[in-house]
Formats: sequence, structure tokens, C-alpha cells
Amino acid sequence: MTKPFAITLDVGSSLANHTGSWRVERPVYVDRMPPCNDGCPAGENVQRWLYHAESGAYETAWRTLVADNPFPSICGRVCYHPCETACNRGQLDEAVGIHAVERFLGDEAERRGWAFVPAGPSSGRRVLVIGSGPSGLSAAAHLSRLGHDVTIYEAAPAPGGMMRYGIPKYRLPRDVLDREIEQILRAGVHLECNRRVADVAAAKAEGGFDAVYVAIGAQLSRRAEIPAADSSRIIDALAFLAGTEAKPETAELPQLGRRVAVYGGGNTAMDAARTAQRLGATDAVIVYRRTRDRMPAHASELEDALAEGITVSWLSTITAVEPGELEIEKMALDDSGFPQPTGEYEKLGADTVILALGQESDLSPVQALGDVRVEHGSLAIDEHMMTGHAGIFAGGDVVPDERTVTVAVGHGKRAAREIDAFLRGSTYVHPSRPGLAGVDNLNTWYYSDAPRTVQPELEAVRRRSTFDEVVGGLDADNALFEARRCLSCGNCFECDNCFGVCPDNAVRKLTDVVASSAAGPGSARYYEFDYDYCKGCGICAVECPCGAIVMEPESI
Amino acid sequence: MPETHQARHPVKFYQVGSFAVGNRLLDEADRTVQSDRERTNSLTSGHRACQGCGEALGARYALDAAMRATDGRMVVANATGCLEVFSTPYPESSWRIPWLHSLFGNTAAVATGIAAALKVKGREDIRVVAQAGDGGTVDIGFGCLSGMFERNDDVLFVCYDNEAYMNTGVQRSGATPPAARTATTEAVGPEPGNRFGQGKNLPLLALAHEIPYVATATVADLHDLERKVEKAMSIRGSRYLHVLVPCPLGWVAASSETIHLARLARETGLFPVFEGAHGEVTDVVKIRHKEPVEEYLRLQGRYKHLFGSGARPDIVGRIQEIADRNIARFGLVDEVPPDEQSVGKQP
Amino acid sequence: MPVQQLEGSRAVAEAVALCRPEVVCAYPISPQTHIIEAVGAMVKSGRLTPCEFVNVESEFAAMSVSIGASATGARAYTATASQGLLFMAEAVFNAAGLGLPIVMTVANRAVGAPINIWNDHSDSMALRDAGWVQLFAETNQAAVDLHLLAFRLAEELSVPVMVCMDGFILTHAFEPVELPTQEQVDWFLPRYVPRQELDPEAPITIGAMVGPEAFEEVRYLAHLRLLRALTRVPELASEFETMFGRPLGARPGSAVGGSLVTSYRTEGATTVVVALGSVLGTVKDAVDELRTEGHPIGVVGLTTYRPFPAEALHGAVEGAHRVVVVEKAFGTGGRGFVTDDVAIALRDHDVAVHTIVAGLGGRPISEESLRRVLATAITGDLPAMSFLDLDMGAVTAETRAVRPL
Ligand SMILES: Cc1cc2nc3c(=O)[nH]c(=O)nc-3n(C[C@H](O)[C@H](O)[C@H](O)COP(=O)(O)OP(=O)(O)OC[C@H]3O[C@@H](n4cnc5c(N)ncnc54)[C@H](O)[C@@H]3O)c2cc1C
Ligand SMILES: Cc1ncc(C[n+]2csc(CCOP(=O)(O)OP(=O)(O)O)c2C)c(N)n1
Ligand code: SF4
Ligand SMILES: [Mg+2]
Repeated sequence: MTKPFAITLDVGSSLANHTGSWRVERPVYVDRMPPCNDGCPAGENVQRWLYHAESGAYETAWRTLVADNPFPSICGRVCYHPCETACNRGQLDEAVGIHAVERFLGDEAERRGWAFVPAGPSSGRRVLVIGSGPSGLSAAAHLSRLGHDVTIYEAAPAPGGMMRYGIPKYRLPRDVLDREIEQILRAGVHLECNRRVADVAAAKAEGGFDAVYVAIGAQLSRRAEIPAADSSRIIDALAFLAGTEAKPETAELPQLGRRVAVYGGGNTAMDAARTAQRLGATDAVIVYRRTRDRMPAHASELEDALAEGITVSWLSTITAVEPGELEIEKMALDDSGFPQPTGEYEKLGADTVILALGQESDLSPVQALGDVRVEHGSLAIDEHMMTGHAGIFAGGDVVPDERTVTVAVGHGKRAAREIDAFLRGSTYVHPSRPGLAGVDNLNTWYYSDAPRTVQPELEAVRRRSTFDEVVGGLDADNALFEARRCLSCGNCFECDNCFGVCPDNAVRKLTDVVASSAAGPGSARYYEFDYDYCKGCGICAVECPCGAIVMEPESI
Repeated sequence: MPETHQARHPVKFYQVGSFAVGNRLLDEADRTVQSDRERTNSLTSGHRACQGCGEALGARYALDAAMRATDGRMVVANATGCLEVFSTPYPESSWRIPWLHSLFGNTAAVATGIAAALKVKGREDIRVVAQAGDGGTVDIGFGCLSGMFERNDDVLFVCYDNEAYMNTGVQRSGATPPAARTATTEAVGPEPGNRFGQGKNLPLLALAHEIPYVATATVADLHDLERKVEKAMSIRGSRYLHVLVPCPLGWVAASSETIHLARLARETGLFPVFEGAHGEVTDVVKIRHKEPVEEYLRLQGRYKHLFGSGARPDIVGRIQEIADRNIARFGLVDEVPPDEQSVGKQP
Repeated sequence: MPVQQLEGSRAVAEAVALCRPEVVCAYPISPQTHIIEAVGAMVKSGRLTPCEFVNVESEFAAMSVSIGASATGARAYTATASQGLLFMAEAVFNAAGLGLPIVMTVANRAVGAPINIWNDHSDSMALRDAGWVQLFAETNQAAVDLHLLAFRLAEELSVPVMVCMDGFILTHAFEPVELPTQEQVDWFLPRYVPRQELDPEAPITIGAMVGPEAFEEVRYLAHLRLLRALTRVPELASEFETMFGRPLGARPGSAVGGSLVTSYRTEGATTVVVALGSVLGTVKDAVDELRTEGHPIGVVGLTTYRPFPAEALHGAVEGAHRVVVVEKAFGTGGRGFVTDDVAIALRDHDVAVHTIVAGLGGRPISEESLRRVLATAITGDLPAMSFLDLDMGAVTAETRAVRPL
């Protein structure tokens, strides 16, 4: 039966009317740089691995993570997580506990036996890495993935650098350290311990290496001239910590005495004081020249120390070490924040003084290379991480930068890419960085309010007496919860908002097949605009929770 | 004590809780109809609504949800108004459901007739939805609607409230808020814009008919809207759903702000979102982040005369009083903010 | 078929029930009330089933409910009069525009102000061009028969049909009426198969907005569809006659009936009186008298008024050179509505057309007055337009008082 003319219409016939011609602006999907990624010294794609973790795809999350940083278990414990400082969620309630999820993923790899993919096809090139600290190991891992034959020479009897001989066990259990180093070695990196390199050029020539990565860290403690009756009462923090690592836990105690003063305000000072207390010191005092807000130690490190009963003598310098006590001069900060002596003195009871005044690099192995440049005791490098000597690259604590594990890991990754390019006779081109996803780009209405998960901690009494790990990990449930707190800043996380809010049905939700094949790393596409119908109202862009849609003027 | 909204919707520990349209992390059952690739698209592309039309959005939201709830067995009667005009200009229809337009003021009665026909044919499995703008509901259509309520005919009536007669060029309706400028309440004289009246709260009037279900909703809270449609479709008899649908043209607002404005209408307390049955208010959606009315008014050119040179803080104050009264009357703000209530409920 | 003495409303209610309407929705107004009360009682008692009887809050709603029901494929019936018809006017047009085969009884009554419950035709005349078929019943038997025809015609053509019967004069009058059996009606009136229908299995959009690019065509097509009635009405009438054994509209025992127009004593008539509805009885009596006096005068009744049966009328008045239209309504400041139609139908012929406005607001039309006026027509003294039994005294007093001339 024919329908009455004109007053009765076929359903859906308006599809013939392409309203896209009304548009003056068009929505476009973008990926912005999430602040966490931006802030990660190791260049992790934090948002992306959190995205996988959110769905419980922990192995994918772990693999995404270790593609940038081979040490999730380690960094999840010791990194000062600038990612969390940058995290936009911090402006809503509290930053996402990125480190806790990272740690969970690393530990989950152990529980599930996930292993790195073995090295790719060999390039036939050989690279020498000097030093097996985080920077050397990171470079080695990345270089071997790129197909190069990597050998590490390490002076110490065991690999890890400051991760083993500096950072105490209660913060980084050694089985965790060993396991993640093992992953790298198993993937095809050669390690030779107890092999100190005295001359880089010679070692390179001797081994027939095509390039070298110098990652020898900063192993020398700075000294201070303090008049002392008995200089054996003054010990060096690095040696103290390294000694603790090497010997049974209580071995140092007799020499240490009951009252220990640690001189310095950095992280090493905190660890030295906390370790001393674990070794039986009843009084552990940190002596520092300035005030709390000027302390170089990470705030959390200080808090942990204070929580364990360690005290701090602020605005103090040690002027003399006498038997059983120290002479302290009180300081005052001048206008530029520099401490000036006041002439006021006091006594502080102490059996031992541990000096933790900073570290320097031993640059002797490169001295023979004439053409390297040294800046303030560090090795200068160019924008390709190369020293003044072609084919000799450097990174980690030995170069001028922040001295942290993650920075060292990041240097290792970048150096690996540069060395790879160097070996191929090209230069590494950095992928362009998209604009930052600020909190203003987000529509935070859509995120439910969910406070941060608190990691379990050992009770203070036990912390003072054992080297057991202080901070516990998340379990699968709360790791999932924590991952899901991520706002996915600047990157689509498939919330379907654009698909739902378009008054013109001009957003197509792609099928899973299309979505996965269209998805490049970090730039997944789950939807597309149907510009035949999109009128350009801009609702999708405003209602996108994570700021992954922008409106661009239509060229008419 | 009525079951509270909060109790039913504990803050979900997902990035997007229960506020976004979909989210791959939610169980299928907890996602909205709109997140479904196979949703009906009752109102499909190619319609001639203005950019950012809240009514087009609201209609698709409501009808798609009703289609799911009725398993596709549904017919719709539509009043004259923007929705009808932009969806069915010959030769193109944007509807993908059985749809009938008769007149401006008779939609409830037409729906009654449809329901009666279905009943007599023993096809009560097919459900009837009637829809109209605020004019077609609170004004010219009110007689028929009230009659439908009184008889408790088996129809869900949905009002898409854009707070004026938009189709004819933004004239005042019985649902136009005080001080708003329309073409028949110009922003001139000592009392610019629409007069401050006692209002015509159709949801409460509907409730006074003691029908089995009355609810208000906005296009800013899809989960809430869809839940209400679904609930409405599970009930027999007259049901009334009043959906706030901002109109960029009539409200003189950016087309991208439609949902944001609807959200602010709720968060200021100007548009209370509640549910009721048989004469009683049974539940309200609490304000999540309370906002002053000014936040809402400033985004709309129809209130422009209240700001800038010749500003009228006195009038803004009176509008705030309306919001405050709603908040007190419906209990829109919890003593303990809803988000904090759920702290400690972590898995 | 048994002949019963029935009130007109009752007879129509029975006829409607025999047509098995599925949705009946009406709003009470005199003189239609007895019809819907009776149908309502039949539904309530279960005698008429399946049927939904919907009590609504206005005529506007009543027609709207009928629209919804009809669009959903149900046979829909309603009834109204006067103010009620005008109150639903917008929906009356709408039903026609949508091509919905609704059948409505109009118990003709005057339209106020001044409010008046009595009979004339100003209500259905006001809506004569709403796109409906309009049938006028001369008797209650015709009313019954026309309802059967109305449903059949409406559903065949997808147009709504209005059956007009004079309020009180027919609706409240007891006359012998022959009601058909259900079996006969079921034969005559098959199940309703809608031209289009709201159906989730086959969704369509009904009631689009049509602009200048197609509106004229839509209207023209509606016009063609309505004109089809001029062919179908006589055909259906003869089918009716075969089935029921008597002409459509013929009183029990009589062989006189008709569908488009009915002719009475028109052989050799030079003057023909045209009228519609119950007044035809009085007209015929007057004509009988005049015939007895030897005047060549006859009567043509219009059963179908919309679409206007111009051709049939033309044939029926063949040979007359004077037509006198007796009308129960007129356009204030204009002419008689029927007169206009007649004049246009006969415009190519040398025929004088006169209007006698009569029976407004229930004013009795006496045979004597009619005969007197018709006699002046025969003598050529009847003005083009005149008002039967007009009280000139009252008129002159008022015109003087209000505005001295
Ligand atoms: C007590 C302490 C606590 C710390 N805590 C933290 C923390 O919590 N979080 C954080 O991010 N950072 C921390 N740091 C800093 C962090 O450990 C270092 O920044 C990081 O280890 C530097 O890595 P790297 O690979 O450059 O050097 P290193 O870790 O110092 O490794 C250098 C390696 O090179 C070897 N080596 C040196 N010279 C030679 C040679 N000539 N031949 C062969 N091998 C050689 C060394 O034996 C060593 O194994 C801490 C440091 C200390 C001292
Ligand atoms: C009986 C009648 N009166 C007036 C109109 C003109 N008219 C058509 S739509 C409309 C306003 C519609 O307003 P509303 O119901 O709020 O719907 P909106 O267009 O705002 O969505 C008016 C006044 C009409 N079509 N019919
Ligand atoms: S919310 Fe997620 S994506 Fe955004 S900065 Fe924090 S961790 Fe990164
Ligand atoms: Mg409106």
C-alpha cells in the first residue's frame, strides 16, 4: 500500500540531509601530553600503562611500562615520583599513586613470571657500558633491544650501583633489585663484575667496542675539614651504607656507638641516620646548617626519618668532634638564604659522626681521553648525550643533572637511542611532543571523587629495629582502584561521552577490530567523527572528560 | 524514609564513576543505552535542529532508553514545536520509530487514543510515549494532559522543557523563568524580562494528579535520565517525565554549553531533580557541587540585562532566593556532601 | 429485519454498535448526549466488545483520541454538536489532513452566542470545508443507514465522515426504524484495514511538516480523494440496497431513498426546492399541497453535501428554471452556504436560485409558512434571500434603538 504523499515519510530519510555543511568549526581527536608523562624522567607513558592497568590488563600495562623503564619494582619504591607532583588529579583531590601501581606491576611480573622479550636480531655492533648502576643497566637493556651486543664492566662485586650500595634494604629489598637486574641480563646483556675500567679509550679499543656509555655515577663522598680528636669517630656515609650492604647487619655496631650524629641534609643523610638506628643507635641526630624548607632531602624522606624517631638539629654546623660530644655552632640565614655563623655554640652528645655531604665522580677513567669536557666535577655531554669524544656517551650521576635513579634510567634510554643512531650513522630525531594536558583542558565533572589508596606501612617500632621493607605494596584490588583514579589527561579512555552527547549522532563508535588496528602506540582511536552530519556545536569537546577533542576552524 | 539517590548510586570507583556516557570499565548493564553502538538512534542524523540543540539530544536520550525498555515495541505521539519541525520537514524524517504528529495542544489525548487502540487490539505490549515542548505541555497541552493523568491512561508523557516557545521565535511560555528575556518579555523597563510569578511547576502539578510516576531530569545526567525512563516504562498508567533541555538559540548561549548549562541548572538548585509517585516526592538527586545562580545566569544572553552596565544584583538575588527555596524544599543539599559519604567504601 | 419504534439517538447508537467501533470517545453536549450515553452503556455492559469507551475532558480531546486511535488502526467513532464541534475544529481539520477514517455524528445545533441548544445547521456548515465527507439524514432510518455507509466509505477512501442529523428533531424523536442484523452489517462492512498505521514492526512517520513545495499537491490529492465519494456513495448505496432489500435511507415500507441526492415529485417541475436534513419532510408536505393546487414544483434533498454532488443535483433539477434553497444556516453578511454551492453547480443554466433561511436556533418550520413562501416563488415574487417567519417588529425596534437610521 502506498503511503500518503508528503505527510507520511519513510523513517530515517533525513540521512539524505548532510548537515555537516552548516559547520564552521570541526571537532578533531587529539592526544595531549599528560603531565605525568611529561614529568617522568624515564619518559614513561604513565597514562598509557595506567590505562591498561585500569582494565586489569596488568601484563600489557607492565610491558608498556618496561618498554621505557626496565625497573618498575625498583622505581615504584625509590623514585621521588615527579609524575605525582605533576598529576592533574592532585588539583581535584590527591594525585594518583602512580608509584604504587608501578610497584605493583613490577612485583606482579615476578609473581606471574613475565619476562622481557629476548633481544631482537643482532646489528653486529658492540657497545661497552661502564658501570651497572641504573643508568648503565637501562642503557644496556635498551641497546640490547635494539639489537646491539652489550657488555657491562662493573667495578663492584655486584651490579646495581647506588641502588645496592647506597639505598638501604628497608626501602629497596635486594631480592627486588636482583630480580629486575636479572631480567635485563637474561634478555642478553653481558655483565662482568669486579672489573674496574681505568681508561675508557683503552677498554674500548681492547674489547673492540663500537661505542661506549660511561655511567660510573658519583662514588666519592665529599669531605669536610672538622677538627677531631679521634678521626676514626668520623665515617663517610657511602662507606657506611656500602659496608652495611656487604656485612651482616650488626657488624658495624661496636664502632658506631650508641649516639650517632649524621652531618648533612640530603637523602643520603636520611638513610644513614635511619640505618644507624636500625643498627642499634639509640640516638640518631641529623645536623644540618639550614632550615627545613631548604633541605635538599626529599620531604617524604625527612618525614619517614622523623617518624622513626630521628631528630634534626637545624641551623647547625659541626665545628669540632670531641670524645663523646660535638661542638655545634648555631647558624642564621642571611637575606640570600645562605647560613652565616652566629658565634653561638652548643654541645651535642655523639659517639660517631657520619658525613653525608654529597658525592662526586671519579673521572680518572676518562682523563686520558683529552677531548672530554668537565663541568663542576661532572662530565659534560652534548644534546646527543655524547661527550666531547666521538662514540663515547655518558649519563646518570656522572653528568650534570638531578641525581636520582629515574633520571639515570632516562639518560640510559636516551643514550641508547642516540648510540643506536650513531651506530647507524644517523642522528636520533625526537618525536614531537604534543601540547600539555592541563587541568583546564579537562571536564572534571565526570570523574567521581575517589581518595587515594594508602599503602600499608610497617609499624614504627618494627621499623626502628629491622631492615624489613617499610612500605608495603598494593594488592590487585587496590592497584586496580588506584589505576582507575587516573583522569587519562589528554588521551581518550573510551568513556563514550562524545558518542553519547552529540545531538546529531555524528560520532561513530568504531568496532573493536577497527579500534585495535587504528590504534598506534599511545594514540588509540575508538571513535570517529562523521563530518557528513557534524554541525560543529562543540558539545563533544566541552564534555570530553580528558580534553582529547579540540575544535578547529573549518576552512571554508 | 525513601531510598536515597546516594544509596542507589554509591560513588563508583572508576575514573568516571557513574557520570560519563559509557566507559569500557563498566559492566554492560551499568553503561547507558547511549553508549551502545546498537542504540536505536530514535532521532537520527540529518535533522534540522540548531547546533547544540538540547531538545534533539533529550529526545534521543529518552526515546532510545524507552526503546530498550520496551524491546522496540513503542509508538510515539509528538506535539507541534521545534522537535516536530526540525525532525520531519518533507521529504525527510529523522525518526526511526513509529511516530505521529497531530497538533500542538492535543498530544496527550492522541496518545490516549493510541493506547486505547492498542488495548482494544490486545497489543498492550506496545507502549505509548507522548512528547512535547514546554509550551505543548504546561500551556496549550495542559488540558489534555491533565485529562490523561486523571484517567491514568497508560502513556509516558515527556516534556522537553527549553523554557519558552522556541519554534515560533522564543516567546514566553508558562515555563519561562523569571527575568529571562524572550521576544514577548523584552529586557526593558523596571522589571526587565519575564515577570516573577508563582511559577507553574508541572512536575508538581502532575504529582498532584496522584499518577504512579513523576520525575524530572536533565540532559546533563544521562544515567539518571535513562534510569527514570526505564522505571517509567516498567509502570502502567500515566507517567510524566520533565526533562530540562537547554536551547542555545533561545537562551543565547554557546552551542557547546548545552550540557554544561543543564548541569548548572541542577547544581544551582534552580532545576530540582526529583522523583515522585502517587502524590509524594520519593527521591531527589542531591546537588554534587553547589554553585551560585550567577554562574548559571552569566552564561546566558537571555539574562544579559542582569549584568554589566545597569546590572541588577537585586534581581540576581531574587533568583538566588528561588534556588535556595528549592534547595530547602526538596532537600537538595546533604548535611554531609555526597562524595564524602562514600569515603572508606574502598574495595 | 424487525421494525422498532426507537428514539433517533438510540437507533444511531445501535447502528454504530453494529459497526463494531473499537474506540469510542466523546464529550457530552446536547443534543448528542443520548447517543454517546447509549453507546457508553453498551460498552460498559459488555454488549459492545471489544471496544474502548474513553471519557475525556473536551471535544478537542475526543477528536484527538479518535485521531490517535484511528492512526493506530482502530475503528474510531465520536459524536458532538455545536460548540463542541467548534471546540474540536482544529482536530477536525487535522483528522482529514491525516486521512483518518473517523466517523462522527453531529447532532446539529445552533452555535452561540447567544447560546442555544436547538437545531439548525450552523455547526456542521462552519466545518463544511474541513475535508470531511458530510452526509445529512432526513429521517432516523436514514441516520441509521448513513452510519453504516459512513464507516464503509471512510475506510475505503481514508477520509473522515460526518453524519449530520438534526438535533432534537431527529435525535430525540421516536420513529419506526428498521435495524439490520449484525450478520448483514458484518457483510456490508468488512474489518478495518488501515491505509497506514503506527506499527513498531513497520515504523513510519505520520504527520510531516509540508512546505510550499508540496502543500498544494497534498491538498489537491485530498480533493481528489474526497471527490471519489461522489462515485462510491451511489455504488455503495446500491450494494446496500441489494444487501438490505431496501434503498438506502428509505423509511420502513417506503421505496424512496437516495445517496447523493433524493428527488421527490420533480417530474415536469419548473420550481425545485433544495434542502437537507429533517426539514425535507415538511418541504415535501408543502410541495404535495402545491402540486394539488396544480403547481409544477418538486423537491431535491441533498444527502451528500460534501463533496458537493453538483452533477447529480444538475440532473435532478433538469427542466426547472427556479431553485429555492431552504437552509438552516447562513453566512452572516453573506448568503446561504448551500445556495452558493447550488448556484455554482447550476451556473451554466438559466436557473434563478433563491434562499429561504429557516429554522434557526430551533425555530419551527411550519408547512403553512413554507407553502406561503413557496407560492410567492412560483409567482416570481420571492426575493433572492428571505427569512422565514422573521419577526420584523422586533427587528425594526432594535435597529431603530441601536442606531437610528
Ligand atoms: C644513600 C643514597 C640513597 C639514594 N636514594 C635514592 C632514592 O631513594 N631515589 C632515587 O631516585 N635516587 C636515590 N639516590 C641516588 C641514586 O642512587 C643515583 O642517582 C643513581 O644510582 C645514579 O645512577 P648511576 O647509574 O648514574 O650511578 P651509580 O648508581 O652510582 O652506578 C655507577 C656504577 O658504576 C660503577 N663504576 C664506577 N666507576 C667505575 C669504573 N671506573 N669501572 C667500572 N665500574 C665503575 C660503580 O661501581 C657503580 O656500580 C640515592 C643515592 C644514595 C647515595
Ligand atoms: C494551536 C496552535 N497555536 C499556536 C501554534 C504556533 N506554535 C507552534 S510551535 C509553538 C511553540 C512551541 O513551544 P514549545 O511547546 O515550548 O516547543 P519548542 O518549540 O520550544 O520546543 C507555537 C506557539 C500552533 N502551531 N498551534
Ligand atoms: S590523572 Fe592520570 S593521566 Fe592525568 S596526570 Fe594523573 S596519572 Fe597522568
Ligand atoms: Mg519550548
